[in-house]
Amino acid sequence: MTVPDVLHRARDTARELAWLFKGVMGENAYQTYLDHYERSHAGGDPMTEREFWRDRTDRQDANPEGRCC
Amino acid sequence: MSNKQSGSHRHADVLVTNPDLPPVAVDPEQAEAEDRRWTPAKIALWVGIALLGGVSWTILAIVRGETVNAIWFVFAAVCTYLIAYRFYSKFIERNLLKPDDRRATPAEYKADGKDYAATDRRVLFGHHFAAIAGAGPLVGPVLAAQMGYLPGTLWIIIGVIFAGAVQDYLVMFFSMRRGGRSLGQMAREELGVIGGTAALVATLTIMIIIVAILALVVVNALGESPWGVFSVSMTIPIALFMGVYLRYLRPGKVTEVSLIGFVLLLLAIIGGGWISETAWGVELFTLDRITIAWGIIIYGFIAAVLPVWLLLAPRDYLSTFMKIGTIVMLAVAIVVTRPEISVPAVTEYATTGAGPVVAGTLFPFLFVTIACGALSGFHALIASGTTPKMIEKERQTRFIGYGGMLMESFVAIMALVAALSIDRGIYFAMNSSAAATGGTIEGAVAFVNGLGLTGVNLTQEALSTMATNVGEESIVSRTGGAPTLAVGIAQIMQGVFGGAGMMAFWYHFAIMFEALFILTAVDAGTRVARFMLQDSIGNFVPRFRDTSWRTGAWICTAIMVAGWGAILIMGVTDPLGGINTLFPLFGIANQLLAAIALAVCMAICAKRGLFKFLWIPALPLAFAAVVTITASFLKIFSPTPAIGYWAQHTAFRNALDAGEESFGTAKTVAAMEAVVRNTFIQGTLSIVFVVLSIIVIATAILATIKAYRQGGGPGAEDAPTASRIFAPAGLVATPAEKDLEAQWSALEPGKRPARSGH
Repeated sequence: MTVPDVLHRARDTARELAWLFKGVMGENAYQTYLDHYERSHAGGDPMTEREFWRDRTDRQDANPEGRCC
Repeated sequence: MSNKQSGSHRHADVLVTNPDLPPVAVDPEQAEAEDRRWTPAKIALWVGIALLGGVSWTILAIVRGETVNAIWFVFAAVCTYLIAYRFYSKFIERNLLKPDDRRATPAEYKADGKDYAATDRRVLFGHHFAAIAGAGPLVGPVLAAQMGYLPGTLWIIIGVIFAGAVQDYLVMFFSMRRGGRSLGQMAREELGVIGGTAALVATLTIMIIIVAILALVVVNALGESPWGVFSVSMTIPIALFMGVYLRYLRPGKVTEVSLIGFVLLLLAIIGGGWISETAWGVELFTLDRITIAWGIIIYGFIAAVLPVWLLLAPRDYLSTFMKIGTIVMLAVAIVVTRPEISVPAVTEYATTGAGPVVAGTLFPFLFVTIACGALSGFHALIASGTTPKMIEKERQTRFIGYGGMLMESFVAIMALVAALSIDRGIYFAMNSSAAATGGTIEGAVAFVNGLGLTGVNLTQEALSTMATNVGEESIVSRTGGAPTLAVGIAQIMQGVFGGAGMMAFWYHFAIMFEALFILTAVDAGTRVARFMLQDSIGNFVPRFRDTSWRTGAWICTAIMVAGWGAILIMGVTDPLGGINTLFPLFGIANQLLAAIALAVCMAICAKRGLFKFLWIPALPLAFAAVVTITASFLKIFSPTPAIGYWAQHTAFRNALDAGEESFGTAKTVAAMEAVVRNTFIQGTLSIVFVVLSIIVIATAILATIKAYRQGGGPGAEDAPTASRIFAPAGLVATPAEKDLEAQWSALEPGKRPARSGH
């Protein structure tokens, strides 16, 4: 394997890890929502990013998630 | 063959795949063939794992050297987990659950892009792990270390394989098949009104006791520690800042704000060190335990009524960030430093039950002291509800449910290693109650050396040096497990980063890490309990059902906070020491909840007509039931005052009646009255728990017998829907799965059916 190959692969791995980490932190939630919205061909405009995150925490207000001991 | 696949072909007519799309599931026969094909490389790999595991267990259990290296704990645990995951969880999958990837999961058929959103299995594994792992697996093993290293290690590893991971996997699977229904709803459906109501009341009571005891752990860790009080209280303004940042400045930048929060957290820890060296800082932040307890009670109320975005959500991000980071860091540090452990395999406390940390013999008290990490009923509340709504494919439940719990078990093993790596004399000085040590260095040295432990010779210098190293005034009687673990982590981490000069930082880092989890669990627990209470009261006063009704929310929050707050204050002021009398209640409550969850699972399996494999949930259910009912009975009926709450109660009441002015560790009449009161409450709670659980288990057994007579029963599963998406089941895709993935990614984007993913 040549040096550029190794660098390329390292960059890919780093990207994968960053994606995984963001996913675990929950950062991908808006993108997930947009993807769903686009593919489900619903009418009207999707929520903006700001509206989405507001809606998300407001829904958590009404449906609390447990955290374990 | 046809018999084996009856589960997956039951709904063959409904689950027709779209002929224009690639298959949504690996052909079962092909998957089976892949599983059964043992190439030489695969055989060599598994033989290697088995051998390494076998050698590690031999060294831990049979070889008796002066010391044992911590690396053997890691190898024994990891090799056993791998074997259990590959063989036992697969056995459960194949024979009991029979997941069918042609069936859509709730995340697909109820998809809304928000709560119901198909999530990549690796991401969901992380989510689920972050939700189940908390302070529990860190604290229990530390307290159980008094019995030696072997009982705890065996129970954590064997318990998780046959009980804890099975419970999580089953509950998650059944909840997924029911559109993500909660454990309480499933109990009502499967066990009827009596069993369901008992399960609900038990869950509510158990949540109160669990929150109270977790809060007690924090109070004990922060009492008389200006550094700890400062840095942990700084998490509140940090979380508020993060909340405002996410709401108004940069919505959705979760990783960014968590990094900022983490840096601020480190500054708070460093700042705490400076403050604890100034006279005004010591004066301002040295708080006694009762004040801290009241602080947590007030904080718990406010946090539970404030909007989620302001405090709870950002603190949760911070806690997840710390959790993943610290656990990875600790695993690396243990492998790098490989501490030598000089604790005996089994100590005399396992048989005499006279251990100063928690009273009671190995059976049953080891199994209630270590709850989380081996079997934790609380997980059933997480594994039903949130996670099942995000699962992409049915077969992934094995990786996420069973695998996620194995991971938590590994955290417990690391906590045990950290606790075992510190000097035994210091361990006992830290974990014996102030009632025994008098809270002074001299008292602690006299008490610990008086225990007559071979090889333990504690000196005053050892205690004061350790206290100075970790930046505390004193480390005597810092019960609750958290400070001991923090000393263990500090010792391990300073071997990798920073040396002895950094020990105080690492100690307070570990305290912060535990306090963060616990405070998150306190507000989330109070909130969840408040909603459960509102729902229950709503049966009589319908207005309480409306969760946006401010007055109702405040009343119910106040009731829940008063419940755990009262137990917390009781624990803090307990003349007998607090944690050693209350911790068994925590474990018993948690295991009884596990028994309830397993009982529900057993009833479900019976209704599915799977009697041949009913032992899979019945075995851990029987064990959990025997352990917790025995432990409860001992707590209720034991004539030994150190163990039986009522024996203690009667002894102190008789002493009061006889006009004595001091008795045992209670030096005043007021303290004696406190013991009488506390043991009454603890004894009553024990009775309540055991009665409720017996009702639930009995109704589950009745439901099982009824199903057996009828050869099965009506299932409450959602109607099957055909799936239109594909994803691999495990961490790494198999060749057949890779092939399907390639076919799916070759599809034009427009033709792909609605789904959400990365």
